[in-house]
Amino acid sequence: MAKKTYHYYPGCTAEKNASASNYETSVMAMCEVLDIELKEIPDWNCCGASIGYAGGGELPRLAMNARNLAIAEQENPELDVVATCAACWLAQRETKERLLEDDALMKECNEALAEAGLKYEAKQRVRHMVEVLIEDIGYEELGKHVKKPLEGLKIAGYVGCQTNRPFGIAGESFENPKYLDKMIETVGAEPVEDYEKKVQCCGGALAFSEPEKSQAMIKDIIEAAYDGGADMIVTPCPVCQMNVEVYQEQINKRYGTKFKMPVVYYSTLLAVAYGKSAKEAGLDGQVIPATKLEEIAKR
Amino acid sequence: MSDLNAQMVEKYRNSFLKEVEANVEEGEWVKMCMQCGVCSGSCPLGPYWEHPPQEIFMMIRAGKREEVLKSESMWMCTSCYNCIVRCPRGLPITHIMHGLAHYAERLGLAPKQNPTRRFALMFWDNIAKHGRVNETVLSIKLYFMDGFSAGIKRALEMLPVGLGMLKAKRFNPWGLFFHKGCKGKRDIQKILAKAREIELAKAAKFGG
Repeated sequence: MAKKTYHYYPGCTAEKNASASNYETSVMAMCEVLDIELKEIPDWNCCGASIGYAGGGELPRLAMNARNLAIAEQENPELDVVATCAACWLAQRETKERLLEDDALMKECNEALAEAGLKYEAKQRVRHMVEVLIEDIGYEELGKHVKKPLEGLKIAGYVGCQTNRPFGIAGESFENPKYLDKMIETVGAEPVEDYEKKVQCCGGALAFSEPEKSQAMIKDIIEAAYDGGADMIVTPCPVCQMNVEVYQEQINKRYGTKFKMPVVYYSTLLAVAYGKSAKEAGLDGQVIPATKLEEIAKR
Repeated sequence: MSDLNAQMVEKYRNSFLKEVEANVEEGEWVKMCMQCGVCSGSCPLGPYWEHPPQEIFMMIRAGKREEVLKSESMWMCTSCYNCIVRCPRGLPITHIMHGLAHYAERLGLAPKQNPTRRFALMFWDNIAKHGRVNETVLSIKLYFMDGFSAGIKRALEMLPVGLGMLKAKRFNPWGLFFHKGCKGKRDIQKILAKAREIELAKAAKFGG
């Protein structure tokens, strides 16, 4: 397949030594195999995430996102903008759609952007990496590059919220999206059937501000994966990954559970299946080691 | 009472609904709610809300201004968008909740001690200054938001999590002292200032 090129919006969590730097590592390894070229948007800024509304309100938040899109448009209006983070994707796409359908808002936003000599026209598509994999590459092609099938692994596909709602992936339902399950099958592993907490909220930013309420939900997400016989959980979202992985010790203390469930990204699975080393697949970024994937990577 | 709040009370004396329509993000949708309650039943933190979304919409229409704007409820929105995709009338409920919370904050009516409010404001401050999130500064500020001794206690509780992240190279201790943020942080500040100015001018003009 010919090389595919996109504007890339990595987002704050993908920065060096930030909370999803392991996601970034695995995405780069995966893209190299699939001949996907990612051109980072120069000097991109934060999208405001899910709690930017409190201080930001409507127009400042939209303008902040429009800055990234305007820079990308200026660089090359032909390329789609691709985000790997759920919140980044959601905020950029929401900005594009809101501004496209509301001329007055677009005018106000451009008035703000003009302060930095920028102009936004909403020409480009804003997409999630998962959409690129499914729509531009396709499951069949994704499967062709598999060198080490993840045989014998049972994996719970935890989709979470923001890669699923309000936009979601075309052709998938909000209540039971299947694309992670299909990816799990594509790399030769077995998805947990009817994973009950597939689209349950992990609490998002409230894991910081209201940890007890958030951890009660995280507990259910992990418990349902164990109930389904999962060896690990896979997710497309950096906040889901962190929330479900790093608080397991605190949850164990609070609820007397004995959780030790690795949580990885879809890109981790693909990178390992494509024959990348543990380090290249970002497995050294696990707080709870994904031992079974490490063993496959070593083979 | 803040000046802005006093002005708004005077201006919309008898209609909180009109005030919401004019000043709250996506507020013009509030009148479309048919009180089915699907949003309240779909909210992951629903059991904790004093007034779930459906009730908030009715309270707005009933003119319960203080009760709505001072409520902790909207601050429990996790932005999961379950309510949006399930609402049979297509109300952008998540955005309305965010909009109400932001409006309450602007008026100085938001519950001061609400932890998500405080965290969210720290977050915005963090990105508005530097353009990108400095996770290290943000988490330290969060732990110490109730003072030094409470901060030490919280930081100790969080230490194993932090060490795990550090070992996995997903936490940057140097971020406390150095984080480059965006090169165009001045530009971003100018864009944000202008956007805020436009928004406030619009709110002042509306309805009259």
